Amino acid sequence: MTEPFMFPILSVIIFTPIAAAVILLLIDSDKRDLIRGISITAAVIVLVLSGAVYFGYNNLVGQVNTNQAAIDAAGLANPATQMFKDGLAFEEKVPWLDSLGISYHLGVDGLNAPMVLLTGMVAVAGVLISWRIEDRTREFMAFFMLLVAGVYGVFVAIDMFVLFFFYELAIFPMYLLIATWGWVKLREYAAMKLTLYILIGSVIALVGVIAMVLVASNYFTNEGAAVFEAAKASGLLAENARPFSFDMTQLMLAAENGAFDVAGYAGVETLTFAKLWFPFVFIGFGVLAGVFPFHNWSPDGHVAAPTAVSMIHAGVLMKLGAYAALRAGVQLMPEGAQTHLPWIVFLTLINVVYGAFIAFRQRDFKYVIGFSSVSHMGLVSMGWASMNIIGMTGAGLQMFSHGAMTALFFGCVGMVYDRAHTRDIPSLGGFVKRMPWVAVAFIIGGLTSMGMPGLSGFIAEFPIFVGMWNASPNVALQIGGFTLTNYYSIIVVLAALGIVITAAYVLRVTSQVFFGEFNEQRYSDVTDITITDRIILFLLGAPLIILGVYPIIMAPMIEAGLRPVIAILGGGA
Amino acid sequence: MGATEFDLATSLLAILPEIALTVLAILVLGLDLYLPKSQVRTVAYVAGVGLGLIAALPLIVWPGSPATPEGLYWGGMIRHDVLSQIFKVMVLLAAAITCLMSVDVKGVGHRGEFYLIVIVSTLGMTLLASSADLIMAFLALETTSIPLYLLAAFKRSDQKSVESGVKYFLFGAFASAIMLYGLSLLYGFTGQTNLYLIAAQLTSEAFANNPIPVLAALVMIIVGFGFKISAVPFHFWTPDVYEGAPTPVTAFLSVASKAASFALLVRFLVAVFPLSLVIGDASIHNFWVQLMAASAVVSMTLGNVVALAQRNIKRLLAYSSIAQAGYTLIGVAALQSASDVVQAQAVASVGFYMFMYVFTNLLSFAVVILFSEATGSETIADLAGLSRRSPWLALMMTIGLLSLAGVPPTAGFFGKFFVFNAAVQADLTWLAVVGVLNAIIGLYYYLVVVKVMYVDRSEDEDKPIPVSRPYAWVLAITSIVVIVLGTIGAQTVFDWAVRSAGSLFL
Repeated sequence: MTEPFMFPILSVIIFTPIAAAVILLLIDSDKRDLIRGISITAAVIVLVLSGAVYFGYNNLVGQVNTNQAAIDAAGLANPATQMFKDGLAFEEKVPWLDSLGISYHLGVDGLNAPMVLLTGMVAVAGVLISWRIEDRTREFMAFFMLLVAGVYGVFVAIDMFVLFFFYELAIFPMYLLIATWGWVKLREYAAMKLTLYILIGSVIALVGVIAMVLVASNYFTNEGAAVFEAAKASGLLAENARPFSFDMTQLMLAAENGAFDVAGYAGVETLTFAKLWFPFVFIGFGVLAGVFPFHNWSPDGHVAAPTAVSMIHAGVLMKLGAYAALRAGVQLMPEGAQTHLPWIVFLTLINVVYGAFIAFRQRDFKYVIGFSSVSHMGLVSMGWASMNIIGMTGAGLQMFSHGAMTALFFGCVGMVYDRAHTRDIPSLGGFVKRMPWVAVAFIIGGLTSMGMPGLSGFIAEFPIFVGMWNASPNVALQIGGFTLTNYYSIIVVLAALGIVITAAYVLRVTSQVFFGEFNEQRYSDVTDITITDRIILFLLGAPLIILGVYPIIMAPMIEAGLRPVIAILGGGA
Repeated sequence: MGATEFDLATSLLAILPEIALTVLAILVLGLDLYLPKSQVRTVAYVAGVGLGLIAALPLIVWPGSPATPEGLYWGGMIRHDVLSQIFKVMVLLAAAITCLMSVDVKGVGHRGEFYLIVIVSTLGMTLLASSADLIMAFLALETTSIPLYLLAAFKRSDQKSVESGVKYFLFGAFASAIMLYGLSLLYGFTGQTNLYLIAAQLTSEAFANNPIPVLAALVMIIVGFGFKISAVPFHFWTPDVYEGAPTPVTAFLSVASKAASFALLVRFLVAVFPLSLVIGDASIHNFWVQLMAASAVVSMTLGNVVALAQRNIKRLLAYSSIAQAGYTLIGVAALQSASDVVQAQAVASVGFYMFMYVFTNLLSFAVVILFSEATGSETIADLAGLSRRSPWLALMMTIGLLSLAGVPPTAGFFGKFFVFNAAVQADLTWLAVVGVLNAIIGLYYYLVVVKVMYVDRSEDEDKPIPVSRPYAWVLAITSIVVIVLGTIGAQTVFDWAVRSAGSLFL
């Protein structure tokens, strides 16, 4: 089958920032305006292309759903893998390390297309908000561009190795950005803590994935040889596919045929590969999503980072963790998910409630947002734990919604801090007078955060709760001889408590920072924001409203992306 | 197997790089005598460029081509195969780069005989990579080592350098003696000096039911290798010698002699003590695999943990090199697998790791040389503000350190990935986990150096560090290789290395 030449849009998206970084490093460090110009150009190109990917895919969703209906009806041998493969668009596949079954394989499905769009938005916003950085502008922008490239790479990778490659690639520029341009008091400590936490999680997950590839390879060469040949014959796998491969489609095929569920792994009778490795892979990536008790790096990291990095970090990078945990964990080890998510859900509950409590107690404006991220990301992991289409779709929406919202929050905090030079909440007040735009944006973000209907937070969080509630009768947790059933409903109730606390801290911060008495003397030189700042607020705030009133622009797409996952988990709709 | 009929033309081709090295050595010696002292740079360029050109020779006389078939040459002294060629390329390039980056180093590169000694040592290393005989191996080892002792003490007026030379010599002589004893035991047991024939003897003969003597010989030989690759517990010389020796020498001995020794180590273990060798129910193969795994764990852990406390950049790189030897040993331990494919990947991972390590470490050391020549300091804290002082130099150092740490898009990421992958495939998942955790410790101290360069301030920020032309070339070449090997080039080199493994198992 020869494919027509396609514009390699995903590669262009990844390599535009890399090219920009290289060009930036080659020009003279004193030409700051040129540097900024190149950066914003690259970011805008990337955003436009991301928009093209997103809306291009959105047009395909109907088609993908029709395909899936056909697959369901036909009763094919490997429906989940087939759905996943058919759902991919904008695919690019080039052999990379052929002898190890690694190929540079990119693609977009309903799950990552929104993430691509989000990354584009935050990239542009990040460059704009860093406009006034004067200290080594060139290096800052270059590292920021590398970070953006790494993030994109993770989201569009369909090969597990490529995913890891970009995952690790993204970590290092972040370290330097935080350590060098961050908040003086905390930056070195926070940057190192963040880097080590995230890397420990990811490298353990990497070992797990290598082991998974090995198990899959053994399966395909021995008992699963027939499955492998059949898949090649039916076009599910490429004709030249080999058993040893890091390709997600192939690993998913192995998973769907139970290769990871064979008892007796590592010499233990009751143990299967999936049961042993799922927690390591899921939580290994979950570290970046701030899963309790490994969330500790996150508030410090966000507070210490320069505004642009906080935005991309809380807005996009934490989603990398949740996304990779789903892709490598739930999607490839469904049996492990069914065994372990019922207890991991308790960790996510702690995230939601405890994160919100701690956020409520903070005096530092930025710490409030930092802990609120921990709380909201807990909801994403909780959505994954529901293991049904409603809850997981909610989690997918939450990734986008929280990404835009938290980037907006950090943008607002940065704008206030730049002018007031303090983030101490009690000493701020009345800023609505001087910075009405920021106040409006912050209130929009705050209402989203509380889950106000009409904004994207509601569209995302409500399905998570519904999904959890629906899942409740199906989930049971064995603790020793005791079986815990139907407890997801209790978790929903407790998690809803987190929303109440969220409302409390959002209202508190809003009233204390933006309303109340304005200290004319101390803040006499505070001015309104510039036009670039307004663009940022608009860019990040508008999607919250659009998605809130018109969720159909994203929800069906994420649902389509999650169908293969649901199928492999063995559930219906 | 065994020495084939003697064919002079082919045999000469098999050692073409060595012949060229000898010619180059004579040429450099002559130039050094005839050119005036002020022209010593010319000697350096001739040596550097000459070595660089010779590095292409192993590719020309590639084994398997009709002119130079793979096999044993010179009465079984030399084995001409892909493995040896790859390691020859490595050490030759390492030597070339070392010559170029010694040009401006006072008291080192300003003396013509320096280049001569480097070339002679390189000659030993190339022979080491291809030696297939106990006598050849020992001779090559000494040809490698004795010039290195000289080089370590090359700054005669500098007490530290002299101390380092003496220390290196004492340790080296001791390790050589133990190794030689092991080699003589092997010869005594089998009456053979050729590695591949020893294997046959050990396997075929009913070698009593007592494996102890063979194990003793094996352990003694491993002591010698352990010293050369600075694996724990034979690493004690490393930090002192690395710190005291002139920096280009440190760079050279940290990469080239390590790479060549790994080549012989792998060949030796696989050829003499193959999987099939069982003496009195004891699998010798299993024994050395365990030994390598244990050595890998302690080398990585000790190297990384002690590196955390270092204040001198050369000592830091010394402990880091101990840790790097540990990672490479994971690849050697992965030879435990019975599967050909996995064994090939294990050998390939060692080959790739060393290949990338050569360039990575030379890159880091080049920056250290430039920095210490300009400022006279080797303290990490003095690197403060380097990113403002010389942004490019800081970036180069960052690339080098990241590659050592194993962060993409640098070669080190693939190096570590291949090694860990081989370990997992060889059913040594625990070793891979120990390895990745160690990589995190490693990342910490490399990042601390990066942080010092980028975050900390210093008073000399307005004084850029001068980079003369040869250094610019060295930095450009090594950093580009590191990046290319970390992205699109990994496939090519890894496939080469996989082929080298195929040639190893006769």
